[in-house]
Amino acid sequence: MESKEILWKKSEEVLPKLVKPIEEFEYILVTDVGSTTTKARLFKNIDGDWRYVVSGEAPTTVEAPYENVIMGVQNAIREIEDLTGLEIISDEGKIIKPHSKSRGVDFYCTTSSAGGGLQMMVAGVIKTMTVESANRAALGAGAIVMDAVAVDDGRPDYEKIQRVRNLRPDMILLAGGTDGGTTELVMQIAEIIAVSDPKARLGADYKLPLVFAGNKLVRPSIKKLMEDKFALTMVDNLRPVLEVEDTEPARRAIHELFMEHVMSHAPGYPELMKWTDLDIMPTPAGEGMAMQLIASVEKKNLLGVGLGGATTNVYSVFDGRFVRSVSANLGMSYSICNVLKEAGIRNIMRWIPFNMEENILVDSLRNKMIRPTTIPQTLKSLMVEHAVAREALRLGLKHHKTIATRLKGAKLAQRMLGDVMESRLKETYIEMMKIGIIAGTGGLLSHAPLRVQSLMILTDAFQPEGITKMYQDSVFMMPHLGVLSTAFPEIAWNIFEKDCLVRLGTVVAPAGTAKPSEPVINVKLHLQDETIFEREIKFNEIVRIPLAEKMTCKAVLEPKSNFDLGGGLGKKVETTIEGGVVGVIIDARGRPLTLPEEDEERRRILLNWFKSVELYPEESLSKL
Amino acid sequence: MSKMRARKATKEAHAYTPGLKVKRSIKVLKTRTLPIPGEVVVEKGNSVEYDTIVARATAPGNPTIIKASDLLNILPENLPPFILKKEGEQVKKGEIIAKYTPFWGLIKRFVYSPVDGIIESISDETGQIIVREPPIPVEINAYIPGNVVEVLPSRGVIIETNAAYIQGIFGVGGERHGKLIVAADSNDDILTEKEVPPDYKGKIIVGGSLVTFEALKRAEEIGVKGIIVGGVQGVDINNFLGYEIGVAITGHEDINTTIIVTEGFGKMSMSKSVYDLLKEFEGYEVSINGTTQIRAGVIRPEIIIPHSEGALETEEDELTGGMKPGTLIRIIREPYFGKIGTVVSLPVQLEKVESGSSVRVVEVQLDEGRVTVPRANVEIIEK
Repeated sequence: MESKEILWKKSEEVLPKLVKPIEEFEYILVTDVGSTTTKARLFKNIDGDWRYVVSGEAPTTVEAPYENVIMGVQNAIREIEDLTGLEIISDEGKIIKPHSKSRGVDFYCTTSSAGGGLQMMVAGVIKTMTVESANRAALGAGAIVMDAVAVDDGRPDYEKIQRVRNLRPDMILLAGGTDGGTTELVMQIAEIIAVSDPKARLGADYKLPLVFAGNKLVRPSIKKLMEDKFALTMVDNLRPVLEVEDTEPARRAIHELFMEHVMSHAPGYPELMKWTDLDIMPTPAGEGMAMQLIASVEKKNLLGVGLGGATTNVYSVFDGRFVRSVSANLGMSYSICNVLKEAGIRNIMRWIPFNMEENILVDSLRNKMIRPTTIPQTLKSLMVEHAVAREALRLGLKHHKTIATRLKGAKLAQRMLGDVMESRLKETYIEMMKIGIIAGTGGLLSHAPLRVQSLMILTDAFQPEGITKMYQDSVFMMPHLGVLSTAFPEIAWNIFEKDCLVRLGTVVAPAGTAKPSEPVINVKLHLQDETIFEREIKFNEIVRIPLAEKMTCKAVLEPKSNFDLGGGLGKKVETTIEGGVVGVIIDARGRPLTLPEEDEERRRILLNWFKSVELYPEESLSKL
Repeated sequence: MSKMRARKATKEAHAYTPGLKVKRSIKVLKTRTLPIPGEVVVEKGNSVEYDTIVARATAPGNPTIIKASDLLNILPENLPPFILKKEGEQVKKGEIIAKYTPFWGLIKRFVYSPVDGIIESISDETGQIIVREPPIPVEINAYIPGNVVEVLPSRGVIIETNAAYIQGIFGVGGERHGKLIVAADSNDDILTEKEVPPDYKGKIIVGGSLVTFEALKRAEEIGVKGIIVGGVQGVDINNFLGYEIGVAITGHEDINTTIIVTEGFGKMSMSKSVYDLLKEFEGYEVSINGTTQIRAGVIRPEIIIPHSEGALETEEDELTGGMKPGTLIRIIREPYFGKIGTVVSLPVQLEKVESGSSVRVVEVQLDEGRVTVPRANVEIIEK
């Protein structure tokens, strides 16, 4: 399968005309214009070492009564000015560039998800082939996919038309057919879009951008049909043959149209576009770049997640292939009730270690939804949010696996027999045993009172197998560093490593199952000061061993015959394990992780686990 | 807006959830616009009533796709000679628009128009015929009585009226108007089906702390136009709608009774100031809208009671107001959810709360004593 790793290529067109040589840069300013908050981050060159300095935040001003995104950006930057004394905004309200005589910065760029980010509709012929590829292309470009319309999606034409008419996307990506393949079916779906005459979200006064990335034979007909109604762009077919998926041309076109047509119609953005030294990037695309940066530097498969208030973005870099999925309505505030709806109340209740009536839980989540900025004051309230977070992440990964799939329709002869056999069982190519890093970001994870809480939320939701390093960000700046990395990857990584990434620790989780109290694994860790941790860990146990950040230890791990740590059932693994602020977690709860159905027993087991890893203060747990 | 003012506003917006409006007498401006460009049918200075049409437009009719070549069992490129109509020509439902009669008429295949409309396109690539139904009229009414103070050409108008204005926290159902009836004897009362007699048909009724599911059903059955209440149980809303609301974007529900919740989910006494204001205007014709959107660009449900009694309040600019000692606030999260108190102090330092988080807090004086809560968990009660 062909794959493209880079979203926004560092190219001559993208690279800015620098105000001075990069070696002479002193300050870089990056913002993220979020749907609620605009977050500014200032970076400084300290004797050749680029470091994060300070943050400034202010509410985003894209909506009424302000309707000018610039004001929020200025306010966030002024907070930085207040904290550092560095004058960045001129009397005319613009960013001073370059830095000179204690004023200004040398470089400015931004990401944006204000006003709902980039919202797209994708369409094509076959749901599991071209539409799936179009979906991946749009998601990878940082879009929210509002709907995927296919000839074979099971909906009658009138329903598709009604849907397309009502959607009001920012952009449409139309694919369909291999080059030289079907023309009739591509034109059928094109006609549906054309007659539906969808209008752009940001106003009916301009043409809705449409990218055609399908069978090149139908380009003349597409042009005839679409040219008057849409701002049409044609790019290379994203499935030129069934065995190849090349989403890069479509992604680039999406990015260009995002700037030209979408951003330029959002209030204040034309001015912001003049300020930036790099094209404005959708926030999730920036976050995705950051995830790719981690995977490429660490040379490991990675699973990343951005758990937000409204959406959950899951990223994977697996054998070099980058895929993003977005669950637009799984989040911890605005969308918290959608997690309840999709997961079901029992699945949320199963993570709560105390007795709670179902309707009380429902009302408390609904109250969080309508007052999304409130925060848990009580421990029980915090535990409820952590329970919801586990389910949001679990569902987010489940959704991700439907996007991170093998190409369907490819000729079987081109695959190995084993691959074919395996794909009958699993559509996705994501194997938890082969994931080396799990990285999390987002408000709930970063605001967790204890880091072990975010580690355990990620562990319970994603259920890593084998040996997995766990990361999260200290200050929310993955999108910032992602967009910066398109111009200066070394600077971005330096800041990332030193000031952004928090190494939570390593989870050792043998895959398999056993009866309670049966042995799962013998663990021998050579810790600092010649200390040796050696123990047989039994089924359903979870153990936390302190090992500080940036420390490593030699580990001899001997799973029992029905457990696998990556080397095969019962195979010993000798390796070096990295520590973190939480340490090393030996998770012998088995995979898949299951909880007893019976409430009392379930609560007892949960409390045991929580106490064992010191998830919440012991004295508080005993009062529950 | 000046730079400084906007800045001050944003810093404060950080610190707390802005309060919901409860105003006895203010100037209300409503912008009424069409979803697509059209014609404004009133003029500046006109007075309008609730149901006065202020603007109208015509949206393109629904298209219907007919797979003609499939129906005639021919290849798409062979379709054109068998079409009996031209693009742009009108057709009636049931009219033959294509026919194929090979073998000297031994085989007869016809394509009938499934709708009245105009032939929009005939494609020899897909073999499809598209018939567009007649344009759909779109109208927008005034929603509130008042004067047209501005015409937005091709789009709509701005209407001004003097009214009491109350925002709820959450609602379902769209715009409605009707006479206000206070069904609850106090702001703590539970509204049960017994308190919803048949003569409440067409009315907008006010409950206290909770409305039961049975009362919701009864209200809808007899044709109550709206219910305003302090709290409702989440499961009851689900059962009433027949589905679960996942994301707080509402207003388009297919229900006949709009519901506006003023405090939150669960049993929650309606704020005294809201209840008293509604009581004062019992018998007045009111406009309500349950539309809620809780994201950037928040839309809260609203109750508008047009009246001309008493002096107009000068509406304090909510963006410049802030929380200070003495400010009346409501706590909006456990463990003191719903309690009303007065700000005692706003400590500068972060404080650790029971959950273990270190947060900015506010010290609040309640009837039962002094408590400390996260600043994010209070909202100002606007008067």
